[in-house]
Amino acid sequence: MNELRILSPTAILGYGFPMESFAEGMKRKPHVIAVDAGSTDPGPYYLGAGKSFTDRNSVKRDLEIMIPAALEAGIPVIVGTAGGSGARPHVEFAVDIVKEIAREKQLSFKMAVIQSEFDKEFVKENVAKGNISPLFPAPEITEADVDESVHIVAQMGEEPFIEALENGAEVILAGRSYDPSVFAALAIKYGFDKGLAIHLGKILECAAIAALPGSGSDCMFGYLHQDNFVLEPLSPLRKCTTLSVAAHTLYEKTNPYVLPGPGGAINLHESKFEQIDDNKVRVSGSRFVPTEEYFVKLEGVRRVGYRTISCAGVKDPIMISKIDSITQSVKDRVKNNFETYGITDFFLDFKIYGRNGVMGMFPDAPQSAGDELLIIIEAVADTQEQADTICGFARSTMLHFGYEGRIATAGNLAFPFSPSDCKMGEVYEFNVYHLMKVEDPKKLFPIEYVQF
Amino acid sequence: MEYNLTDVASVIRSKNSGPYELTFDIIFKEVEMYRKVKSAQVFNAQMFAHLYHIPESQIISLVHFDPAKAVKITIVRPIPSGALGETDVYGAQQHAPLMKMKFTLS
Repeated sequence: MNELRILSPTAILGYGFPMESFAEGMKRKPHVIAVDAGSTDPGPYYLGAGKSFTDRNSVKRDLEIMIPAALEAGIPVIVGTAGGSGARPHVEFAVDIVKEIAREKQLSFKMAVIQSEFDKEFVKENVAKGNISPLFPAPEITEADVDESVHIVAQMGEEPFIEALENGAEVILAGRSYDPSVFAALAIKYGFDKGLAIHLGKILECAAIAALPGSGSDCMFGYLHQDNFVLEPLSPLRKCTTLSVAAHTLYEKTNPYVLPGPGGAINLHESKFEQIDDNKVRVSGSRFVPTEEYFVKLEGVRRVGYRTISCAGVKDPIMISKIDSITQSVKDRVKNNFETYGITDFFLDFKIYGRNGVMGMFPDAPQSAGDELLIIIEAVADTQEQADTICGFARSTMLHFGYEGRIATAGNLAFPFSPSDCKMGEVYEFNVYHLMKVEDPKKLFPIEYVQF
Repeated sequence: MEYNLTDVASVIRSKNSGPYELTFDIIFKEVEMYRKVKSAQVFNAQMFAHLYHIPESQIISLVHFDPAKAVKITIVRPIPSGALGETDVYGAQQHAPLMKMKFTLS
């Protein structure tokens, strides 16, 4: 086999794609349709709550086009990081959608479901054995951290996908996956160079984002050869340029020359990007360098509490000039008010937009205030009821707070909404972002087959 | 001569690289300007630490990437994505200080 062709319909399953582009892709007779369905980018909530950050109808719309087209062409559909985060409830979300499609369209096919959630006892055993190390700058992990985690998933490489393909799976739904694996699996199975296959997967996983103009909801096509690969956007509106493809190699990575993944890293020091015609780019020279031992990346989150917020504007220039001392006084008053009542363990924060709301994590960087502020009062506590109490009390205290120099004595805050407070539900944070040494990269990701 | 970074760069952006890192990309319009900036070491750890008022020890890597005419700086996220007190879950709006940056080339 001299050429393996891969269709990547969209950057994230559920982000959609134009039918014209998809049809162009199918005309090129792909050997596989692959799509990445997840990311840690939307933050820790989705992994913790077991919910998808993509909408069910949007995901169903994409799969409803991809699966029948692939079955007709006799090629597999591979979905990685199903349900957005890849834990059991996320995979279940995707399985449920595929079952519905199979039933509604009366389709017959073999599906493989690959799980990636690890049992806590298993992870703790590996902590005890010293098999788990933090991925800098994440902190060290303890058995207590593992106990606190809600779901822990591991990013699988291409190995479980290859096994599922060998067993005749026509649709593969996998839990947390290293993004390029779904694109590279069939190519590696056929013996194509792993460095090129994974580098191609790295670009295809974001579909048309690597084109110019970029789009997260349009298709990209990959042609893999023995010593290079070629990228082609499928919409006449877009072009791949050496710059758009090279620039994408930088995107969301720590270092563009070495891209680590399960079992090794791709090295791009010798990579060449060439424009071969108006809209296609050829890439060569990327190499896969295996690590001596096989490591997988773990991701886990713990529940921190429940959140309630209140949003309010401020236009008074005297209040704006004193905003820091006002928020500090309100915090002190809230703390003092509930001290003896017994609500003492909470997080109360004032996000001040119009000054340093967006870049609050760089408190020492220079700031400038606009002539109006949006203040988000945020309370996080052990229960929703306590979060409501703290947020509501901070809001009413701030509304009527008699700061020094105040001449607008009717009220300090402009509320855009009634009710002014909003329950945000459970709050999570990442607490596992570690590498785990594994003996067998396949065994840990069990595969179940379903025949429709 | 003094330059505004926004005049010579076609892309200035920030983004998460996993929940514990922030990464900044600056892609130049012209190869010639990129080469000058690279050889003059306009971007270095000290300069970047100063721009964001962070300790130099928080800078994980600063790399020039010729194929994209780009400089890439990756730092420890002062607060991990989505943790309490954090206000940019995707890390995509932390680039503004670079847009005000000026530099001198002889």
